[in-house]
Amino acid sequence: MHTKTIHEIRELINKGEVSCVELTKNALDRINKIDDKIGAFLQIDEEGAINKAKEVDEKIRRGEEVSFLAGIPMAIKDNICVEGLKTTCASKMLENFVAPYDAHVTKLLKQNDAVILGKLNMDEFAMGSSSENSAFKKVRNPYDLERVPGGSSGGSAAAVAAGEAYYTLGSDTGGSIRQPASLCGVVGLKPTYGRVSRYGLVAFASSLDQIGPFTKDVEDCAHVLKAIAGYDEMDSTSAKKEVEDYTKYLNKDIKGLRIGIPKEYFAEGLNDDVRKEIENAIEVLRKLGAEIKEISLPMSKYALAVYYILASSEASSNLARFDGIRYGYRAKEFEDVVDLYVKSRSQGFGDEVKRRIMLGTYALSAGYYDAYYKKALKVRTLIINEYKKAFEDVDVILTPTSPTVAFKIGEKSNNPLEMYLSDIYTVPINIAGVPAISIPAGFVGGLPVGMQLIGNYFDEGTLIKVGHAFERETEFSKVRPSI
Amino acid sequence: MSVTIRDVEYVAKLARLEFTEEQKQKFTEDLNGILNYVEMLKEVDTENVEISIGAYRVENALREDVVKPSFDREALLKNAPDAQEGFVKVPKVIE
Repeated sequence: MHTKTIHEIRELINKGEVSCVELTKNALDRINKIDDKIGAFLQIDEEGAINKAKEVDEKIRRGEEVSFLAGIPMAIKDNICVEGLKTTCASKMLENFVAPYDAHVTKLLKQNDAVILGKLNMDEFAMGSSSENSAFKKVRNPYDLERVPGGSSGGSAAAVAAGEAYYTLGSDTGGSIRQPASLCGVVGLKPTYGRVSRYGLVAFASSLDQIGPFTKDVEDCAHVLKAIAGYDEMDSTSAKKEVEDYTKYLNKDIKGLRIGIPKEYFAEGLNDDVRKEIENAIEVLRKLGAEIKEISLPMSKYALAVYYILASSEASSNLARFDGIRYGYRAKEFEDVVDLYVKSRSQGFGDEVKRRIMLGTYALSAGYYDAYYKKALKVRTLIINEYKKAFEDVDVILTPTSPTVAFKIGEKSNNPLEMYLSDIYTVPINIAGVPAISIPAGFVGGLPVGMQLIGNYFDEGTLIKVGHAFERETEFSKVRPSI
Repeated sequence: MSVTIRDVEYVAKLARLEFTEEQKQKFTEDLNGILNYVEMLKEVDTENVEISIGAYRVENALREDVVKPSFDREALLKNAPDAQEGFVKVPKVIE
């Protein structure tokens, strides 16, 4: 059962072959059986999940029409609020924080009768690319338990890959959905900035953060995106743009569709075996009738530098709220109120979070603001312009999602810069604010390789269309890890 | 530009963080590594380029100033490390 997709499960429910309670118990059993090894869950809401499943079964029994996602067990990254459950951000700082409200996406999922199994592990405050920065436990890659699942939404990716949840939500500030999706062999989408409300998502870098789904295939992704997208008055950056029915982009042909291949993404630093898999994927799309064009995005090489200045600067400001006063960790011993702030923050935050706060504070401090922060904002303009211009000539841009397959636990944890480089292909997309999806597109030594498709603003539809065409032609999305 | 331990101490003070001597040393190295990397931005000509604070659109988000129910005070205070009589409790601030 756990290897199935949402659309397969929906069919079984509709035929009356499985009840939502059975499905939910099955998922909880699966978690109890394997999560000791995976480490994807930080909290499990067994009672809430079963009660919701019963409610949906009752609705179905009464003959009521239910949504596509109704009764399907899912889970949520632990930086997105679900009322009454803890939202820890995998940090000691928020270890005991119970969310007093639902995030907008949570509210929408509840309206769709989603069965919420629990909250998922991650890098602390979404800062990291390996999920090794969780204050509580590491997440492991279901394809190889000695390897990382990627990050920061490592729990969200691993839970879907291992069949602990049929779909999950994550957040993506510089690649935190797409990179773990790539490393765990699942589909992960970062929508256009503003397509999904950030209300109830603990802020990391507000101008880059976006919530998105993890699913086993593109078809499922279309359904989940449709459910969580939309304007929300509580997030002034969410777009007042009508939500499309993304499922209308399924089963379409891609003849004549123009796909841009940016040469800068295939240069030095890309693992040769990963390159071969992506080149094979390009050939699949060419055979389906897509027009493949080489393009150039020369500003891409500056994206990671821009990202680390902007993301860290925004983080240093956003995380100033954690001071041990209104909520979160408070140090036991302190001399005065300033010492209370200092001790609470120093004891409550982990090293990577401190590193980014320090970098951001430095970049924003007097004397350095123009050289770092303002400079990065200007280069951001150039990156945005470059993407806008590229989409005058192509409909979608195709790149690898990450330069390598999943690396070993501990392999990069002592070198922050090397760790940051695993996001080199994903960060430019957040800087520009365009949507992008990672789709399983190959294997190297038994480990998944992801292909990234980048779309124009609010053109998630084309990503679904191309991704689904690829998925129908290949078997990569049907592979499951042996765990 | 090279960051010294003294810079790290100054920035830590601004960020309300404290470190051991060993950590200061490590953060100095880490910050220098990252800042060396971002030095590459210097080669980009940004003369006459406007800044972009957001992804692509900047528009005012205005709404009517209408009173709406807010969160329940007791519910919010459950997350406070120390609370008393409907208020968050803090150490003495003014001498």
